Amino acid sequence: MDVALARYIRALRAAGAEISTAEAIDAARAVAIVGYSERTTLKDTLSVVLAKSEDEKAVHDRLFDLYFSRTEAQARADGKTGDASTQDGASGQQDAGQPGQQDGQGQNAGENAPGDPQGAQPRGDEAAGDPSQQPGGQQASGAAGAPGAPSSGGGSGQGGGASSSSPMPDSVDALVALANSGDADRLGRTIARAAEAAGVDDIRFESQTAYYVRRTLVHMGIEALEERMLGRMRERTDAARAEVQRLMDARSSLQRQVRAHVAKRFELFGRGATDQFMNEVMVDRSIGQLGARDIERLKAVVARMAKRLAVRHSRRRRIHERGRLDLRRTLRANAGYDGTPVELVWKTRRKDRPKIVAVCDVSGSVAPYVRFLLLFLYALNEKVTDLRTFAFSSRLQEVSQMLSTRDFEGAMRHILDRIGGGSTDYGQALVDLEADHWDAIDGRTTLLILGDGRSNNSDPRIDLFREAAERAKRVVWLSPEPPARWGTGDSALLRYRPFCSHLSYCATPTDIERAIDDTLQAYD
Amino acid sequence: MTNESTPAALQSIDAVTDCLASVGYISSRPISTAIYLAHHLRKPVLIEGPAGVGKTDLAVSLSKALDIPLLRMQCYEGLDEGKALYEWKYGKQLLYTQILKEKIHELIDGTDNLQESFRKLAGFQDIFFSRDFLEPRPLLKAMEQQGGSVLLIDEIDKSEEALEALLLEILSDYAITIPEIGTIHAQTPPLVILTSNNTRELGDALKRRCLHLHIGFPDGEREARIVRARVPDISATLLAQLVGFVQSLRDENIRKLPSISETVDWARTLLLLHADALDDELVRDTLSVLLKRETDLAEVQKRIEPLVRAVLADTAGPL
Repeated sequence: MDVALARYIRALRAAGAEISTAEAIDAARAVAIVGYSERTTLKDTLSVVLAKSEDEKAVHDRLFDLYFSRTEAQARADGKTGDASTQDGASGQQDAGQPGQQDGQGQNAGENAPGDPQGAQPRGDEAAGDPSQQPGGQQASGAAGAPGAPSSGGGSGQGGGASSSSPMPDSVDALVALANSGDADRLGRTIARAAEAAGVDDIRFESQTAYYVRRTLVHMGIEALEERMLGRMRERTDAARAEVQRLMDARSSLQRQVRAHVAKRFELFGRGATDQFMNEVMVDRSIGQLGARDIERLKAVVARMAKRLAVRHSRRRRIHERGRLDLRRTLRANAGYDGTPVELVWKTRRKDRPKIVAVCDVSGSVAPYVRFLLLFLYALNEKVTDLRTFAFSSRLQEVSQMLSTRDFEGAMRHILDRIGGGSTDYGQALVDLEADHWDAIDGRTTLLILGDGRSNNSDPRIDLFREAAERAKRVVWLSPEPPARWGTGDSALLRYRPFCSHLSYCATPTDIERAIDDTLQAYD
Repeated sequence: MTNESTPAALQSIDAVTDCLASVGYISSRPISTAIYLAHHLRKPVLIEGPAGVGKTDLAVSLSKALDIPLLRMQCYEGLDEGKALYEWKYGKQLLYTQILKEKIHELIDGTDNLQESFRKLAGFQDIFFSRDFLEPRPLLKAMEQQGGSVLLIDEIDKSEEALEALLLEILSDYAITIPEIGTIHAQTPPLVILTSNNTRELGDALKRRCLHLHIGFPDGEREARIVRARVPDISATLLAQLVGFVQSLRDENIRKLPSISETVDWARTLLLLHADALDDELVRDTLSVLLKRETDLAEVQKRIEPLVRAVLADTAGPL
């Protein structure tokens, strides 16, 4: 497999797409069939072979455009080189002019490059991460005649002139000239090569950008430039001042370009890793402490967690019990064979569809948790559960209709505005539930309560709660307060506790996921 | 990279597009690429996307265009080996044992003891588990087609996970193992197309073995070509308007978006009503062809006038 494709697959994996070795091999076979010549075909091909879900297709579309972006000159070049179409491939061509050059020794490069006789080296395959091994032979087969690779002159001995076209500027003047030359193509390739030497593709976090920018610049020889600049600053002549200005401009221009390049590589190789890291941290953080920006991120994570739950619990509605013969159905099925049991029918058991009645306290302290519980439940709604939702602070109301017809955020705001205002009264909520919705709770129902049990010292109506618990299959109580505070002050949680099948402290998205998983498990 | 058994229609991506167009299926570049790769990599294609965008139709059209038989297996909950792969013809087996009873008596007539008669019988036992008593189901049939075939496994997401496991051998090796007979390899690997409406997540093992194609709603240009191919009598004005309307409808807040099949149905409806341009009343009367949910209908009924006006303004320009 060629380097460009292998790296692209690495970038996809970094962005969270799961690509197996078998799929990578398929991709290589597919590319061998369709070639690199047509961009849209290549994109469609890789999309079909590598991205196996809508999410992955979106990732692929974004990365493909980032990764296989290139200048016009490079595009023309790959008409000739076939497998060297990416910017990485192009930077490989660049190396071709300088066989034997060592990484990071830009200063020596000029001495090696012109007239180097190794131009006819056979091509090796180990080119991946080590540009110094880049074979010179490619120059003959690939870069020759490719307008995007001016360094092809390196092998033909152009003497001093060749040093200016060599990829790593060998002197401060060459670097300044490169920065000012306006040859974006050549500058871009030089930066790409220096960045590769600096290991930019290992970038994981955005905060590392400055570090990699600096390392890349060092590889390009910025230190010599800075040294000269400092030297000149001490001389107090006009000429010196003018040169300092010139050097400063070149330096900041280079910095800008390198920063842009590193930012792009971060998008390719680091963004996914950062996201993943942030997501991992987020799901174990208490919901009450999240900021507005975190909540946006978390919504996506919750959607994914909910999907995972849905997959786990939507399978196998019917459980076959091998070994228990269904005599009645067997006899009927075999009536045609004169009663000889040719076809056997086994007993099956149908799995109950989970029925959940969620009762949520939407007073101020609990509200943020309610949002996430409901986000979970509604993400599961279509696949797994028969769901009814009630919200209360002082009076209880059914909100299922609102949540399933309006968009989630709008419905949530509405609920918090309309119902969230009053002072919390668990007793009254139970009375309302009994009066209007008691039949929602039956032997297959899980009653899911989210609240802190703080009822402002009103009667908690334990009798009604007990009755509800007897009607329901299970009662699961999720409390956003840690156990140490249960039963303190006006909390009636410990009095409700004996009637709950399950009571747990539920502060992070992971806790909520686990609680719902347990609830659904009861139906398996 | 083409092998000698490649039909002309699969020689290039453009050839795929052309041959599909010849049977009235307007392909898109990604679709043709997927089919082209499916043939050359010998891999099944898993097609996902909303209902009615032409997933099943692609397989049907392919079989027509390539002039090879289509074997279709509709998946549903409870579909098992016996209905997907093969089944023994129990009835025939029973019948034959009855008919051959006397013959068997004759055979073991001369023997003195149980062991000897058993040995004699052992030589004939396999008769009842031979090809003669095998009832091939779609998957086995597809393997047996000499000239290749298109195997359509429709709505794989409706089946149980056990069936997915069953498919793995077939999809990667194009072979079916029957314990009593042995492994049957495909004469010519069939072109396998699986469709899924995503009612459940498919297993990774299955996905890994397939090329994955997502067919979404088409853009205006392709949708117009599809409707033109299916309803050739429609006037250019009406075509542009109705496609414009459907396209704008897909941006609305609707739960079940209208699909290509609905667009085509609507075009046929309008043609039947001898309409030659859209107007509010016409749209209101026929909207139920496009939208299948009551809440969606109610939502759009309110907004018909601005929608129609916008479409008429948009399509007035180029004409």
